Amino acid sequence: MKFSIVVQAAPYSCQSAETAYRFAKTLLDKGHDLHRVFFYGDGVHTGSALASPPQDEPNIPANWQALAADHDLDLVVCIAAAVRRGVLDDKEAGRYSKSGSNLADGFELSGLGQLADAIAQSDRVVTFGA
Amino acid sequence: MSDKKKVLIINRRAPYGRSNARDSLDVALTCGVFEMPISLLFADDGIFQLLGGHQAKEIGQKNLSANLAALPMYDIDQLFVCESSLNTHGLASDQLDHNPTVVDQKAIQQLIQSHDVVLTF
Repeated sequence: MKFSIVVQAAPYSCQSAETAYRFAKTLLDKGHDLHRVFFYGDGVHTGSALASPPQDEPNIPANWQALAADHDLDLVVCIAAAVRRGVLDDKEAGRYSKSGSNLADGFELSGLGQLADAIAQSDRVVTFGA
Repeated sequence: MSDKKKVLIINRRAPYGRSNARDSLDVALTCGVFEMPISLLFADDGIFQLLGGHQAKEIGQKNLSANLAALPMYDIDQLFVCESSLNTHGLASDQLDHNPTVVDQKAIQQLIQSHDVVLTF
């Protein structure tokens, strides 16, 4: 079955951020397809390369990166939600004249059209809310 | 894009405390642009999104009620409100803007079943 996942939960604020990752890993382990992960609302902080959790805690952004590398996942961070919260790629950092960018490798900024496309293409869309 | 999925968006949060209500509207409008059939269900504290008289500017926010009023322009006119949430909050449907249809638990079950995708905010 083809899934897409919507993550609205901020890492380390909401358990559902960790649950979303575990759900994604499990469905891939079970042989399902993951069409896209769409990070929305506070969930955009998952795409920050600057997150530095203590070593004895899960590194949620790094876990997503590793999963994406293993399974060639499409990790899309909502551009409107991300830019207002200070999660920027090089292009947006340039556009807003910021001193640096912080979008982690493996994630990309894109619009809500990617969520609409995920809805159209997937058998199931599962939301992990805040 | 393949066939048009029917999308139900359930709104459960009050309008301004968190970004959920605005996020939800943006998704509804985007799916509307892609000509997907959209229904909106307001439940729990989400029913407060349907009350009028917002003075959002006073708290540095944009008025969500105006955005809701724009939904028919995107062919989004299927608005529903949870009956038990109205009762819990001591509100009646005639106090609400945007003419939502009042639905009980059974009708909500049918609403969820009759849509392909359910998103919750």
